[in-house]
Amino acid sequence: MMGPSIHKKVDSIVFGVFSPKIIKKMSSAKVVTPELYDKEGYPVDGGLMDIRLGVIDPGLRCKTCGQKLKECTGHFGYIELARPVIHYNFVSTVLTLLRSTCRECGRVLIPKNKIDSYAKVLDQAEQEGGISARRSKIKEIITTLRTTNKCPWCKSRQQKVVIEKPTSFYENEKRITPIEARARLEKVPDEDCMLFGINAKAFRPEWSVLTVLPIPPVTMRPSITLESGERSEDDLTHKLGDIVRINQRLFENINAGAPEIIIEDLWDLLQYHITTFFDNAVAQLPPARHRSGQPLKTISARIKSKEGRIRHNLAGKRTNFSARTVISPDPMIDLDEVGIPIIVAMKLSVPEKVTEWNAEYLKKFIDRGPKKYPGANYVVRPDGKKKKITDETKEQVIEELQPGYSVERHLMDGDIAIFNRQPSLHRMSMMCHRIRVLPNKTFRLNPAVCAPYNADFDGDEMNLHVPQTEEARIEAEILMQVKTQLISPRYGLSIIGCIQDAITGNYLLTKALNFSREEAVELLLAARENDLSSLSNKQKFSGKEIFSVLLPTDFNFEGKSKGFTGDEKVDMKNDTVVVIKKGQLESGIMDKANLGEGSGLMLRNLVKQYGEQKAIEILGKIFRLGIEVLLKLGFSCCLHDTDMPKEAREEIENTLSKAYEDVDEMIAQFNEGKLEAFPGRSVEETLELKILERLNGARNKTGGIVGDFAQKDSSTIIMANSGARGNPLNLAQMAGCVGQQALRGKRIDLGYSGRTLSAFKKGDLSPDSRGFIRNSFKKGLAPHEFFFGAMTGRDSLMDTALRTPKSGYLYRRLANAMQDVKIEYDESVRDATGNVIQFNYGEDNLDVSKTEGGKLNVQRIIKSVLKA
Amino acid sequence: MATPKFDVTKHILVPKHTIISERERKQVLEKYNITYKELPKILVNDSAIKHLKPKVGDIVKIVRASLTAGETIYYRGVINA
Ligand SMILES: [Mg+2]
Ligand SMILES: [Zn+2]
Ligand SMILES: [Zn+2]
Repeated sequence: MMGPSIHKKVDSIVFGVFSPKIIKKMSSAKVVTPELYDKEGYPVDGGLMDIRLGVIDPGLRCKTCGQKLKECTGHFGYIELARPVIHYNFVSTVLTLLRSTCRECGRVLIPKNKIDSYAKVLDQAEQEGGISARRSKIKEIITTLRTTNKCPWCKSRQQKVVIEKPTSFYENEKRITPIEARARLEKVPDEDCMLFGINAKAFRPEWSVLTVLPIPPVTMRPSITLESGERSEDDLTHKLGDIVRINQRLFENINAGAPEIIIEDLWDLLQYHITTFFDNAVAQLPPARHRSGQPLKTISARIKSKEGRIRHNLAGKRTNFSARTVISPDPMIDLDEVGIPIIVAMKLSVPEKVTEWNAEYLKKFIDRGPKKYPGANYVVRPDGKKKKITDETKEQVIEELQPGYSVERHLMDGDIAIFNRQPSLHRMSMMCHRIRVLPNKTFRLNPAVCAPYNADFDGDEMNLHVPQTEEARIEAEILMQVKTQLISPRYGLSIIGCIQDAITGNYLLTKALNFSREEAVELLLAARENDLSSLSNKQKFSGKEIFSVLLPTDFNFEGKSKGFTGDEKVDMKNDTVVVIKKGQLESGIMDKANLGEGSGLMLRNLVKQYGEQKAIEILGKIFRLGIEVLLKLGFSCCLHDTDMPKEAREEIENTLSKAYEDVDEMIAQFNEGKLEAFPGRSVEETLELKILERLNGARNKTGGIVGDFAQKDSSTIIMANSGARGNPLNLAQMAGCVGQQALRGKRIDLGYSGRTLSAFKKGDLSPDSRGFIRNSFKKGLAPHEFFFGAMTGRDSLMDTALRTPKSGYLYRRLANAMQDVKIEYDESVRDATGNVIQFNYGEDNLDVSKTEGGKLNVQRIIKSVLKA
Repeated sequence: MATPKFDVTKHILVPKHTIISERERKQVLEKYNITYKELPKILVNDSAIKHLKPKVGDIVKIVRASLTAGETIYYRGVINA
């Protein structure tokens, strides 16, 4: 529904400070007594809980507006202060004004003829650097005025004003009372205020010295009734009580003509209470405390910091219709599905509008009620009233149900939900999934979508949100569906791909496997490929042929497998040239380079040519095919993958011994002073470099030996070669030699004085004493080796533990600084005020998510245009 | 203080800066539909443009090598230090 007219349009907003006049005008009660309730427990008139200030008791009506609890938002009151008091938050304003205006006539300490030029300087600063430049210029001017000791207007002498924190001012050892301060501020003319950046219409400087204090409505400081019937008041009420009490005493003493010392003490006390009322964490003041000793939570504590109103309640809102639990994998659900436990499905719901066509259908849900799945929890009447469905109310609700009502029914398969894992670092951290209601108590997700969420299953938990309106659901589906997030906006490749078993399976399948017709059909059906029309009449199929069934019949692609070298002969032999013609995989092995996330263009091209939906279906099938192949074959990683034949063990031993001898030789040379230093290095550094180089060479050689002798068909090697998990180095460390442990890029050299462990001689530079682990993980580590391993292990653990929060905070700052930067239609990047940040987005104007790995494939574009 | 004799404009990492003509200035502001104020800024005494003897209010054109686009053009408004 469009509103017919705009009555008033906001043109500008002025921020100001309440004047005493306005405070009185907006008040509905004057508070005169610190008492709260009379003997009957009824709020006292003129007390802090006066019912003219709003109601917090059910049943009572507000004396000001006549509304009930929750309807009346409360009304301000005020107290007349016996003596004025400085407002803590304006101390700095008062101080600068006292310092830079005349104590007699109130004019700024700038000669008449110069005022205009100062104003001009300020205006110019604002024009060039915005309001912040103006402010810093004002500060500059103020510091120059401090030293002026004669008023250029009335020629009276000026005194140095000093502040005694938090709220007292002195001039020549004499106190400037708030009364005096206020009198001086009153004298400052409006036009002089402008120089200080003060708009006198909205903020007369004397208003920063309070003469009346607004009393916040009771609705923002409600009292709670304890079980014992006793009333417990809010911290703010306590504080206000103190203020009113002291104010009262001050009045009485002044009227009774008490000595000035007593009055001044009370005045200071009033200042203290009012200051802590605004901020109970002022550095120079002891915080006001409860009798129990805990500090009172006053106004600024309510707003400030992480637990304050801004960050806790406004920036950190909690949501209904959400769920959180541990995640576990389920490769048999689709990529864009999420499995949710049935108990979650029965707690969360979607409102479904009743129409004459679905009324009968929805009545069945109500009939099953909240305890039988799939049932319903609530019925919402057209006026918005919610009614809980119970066994008792069931029949009556069904009776009254008619079009216009909504039924909040349990979640069912096919409903949609937004699934999220923290930290939500990119937009793929929140994606829209279709719901599958499953038994057990964890969220289930297809392991292929682990990558965008950065999830694993070592206890990770994830959040789920159920959109409640049609608009929200459609928006989520269009913008956040998993399939719309396939291509990363960061590097323009698929971020969802096969992982782990799925890669290994497809690698084995497309490498050398052959299956009978029955087996092939079995595999494909298990992978949920139902269209077997592209399968020929043969009785035997190669793995490549089986894989090709999943591809569209007009798909052409050329790419590389993982071991691609560029040498034609080698690549032929290793089958690393991927050629797909008309949907047939003619050569090449399907491994991580083609199927993995963020690598290769095969998935990218599938998305481009056949659309997101088709691509995600194919990806799901490829994933399941890989798993099914492994399931059929059996695939275990075992200890004897790391077994080495005798010759290999000897060769490794020899290599290491040779390296040790060489290092000993180098050390001997060094000790004799015969070692020649590298240019720009000391002899010690040269020795270290040479030793490191020699030992790393030896370790790499053992890795080579392990690679040569290891069985090529062992599971560990297969996983490393396919890119599914692990690398040759891992295997080398298990079977050959663990190698040098390094801290801060050097061999380990700390610990005891002159040595790493007490088992070594001082100054021992040998590999063993400096953290070289000669043994393999399989053979087992010697005690000192284990110790060195633990050192680097602890170091990297600490490093990650310290780096994570640091980078998280860095990210938060970046995100907040750039949240409203956007690309305009002229392809320039602008901030919210229209300032240009980049003239061309990314300097090349490319939307990375629409490119192939960040580049435009011009040749392919030309080819496709020529064809058409 | 004696300034070391080093010309930053000769350094390979310092892109080419030039002050653009009145005509080009008009074109740029028109193209992006902006006023001088919305331009990115550069100080008058910035070492990279000092030799051009710029005045506050000039617009400096910077031609940079770009990883993504090969070469890219950027503009900055000269402001008071
Ligand atoms: Mg984890
Ligand atoms: Zn009211
Ligand atoms: Zn004066």
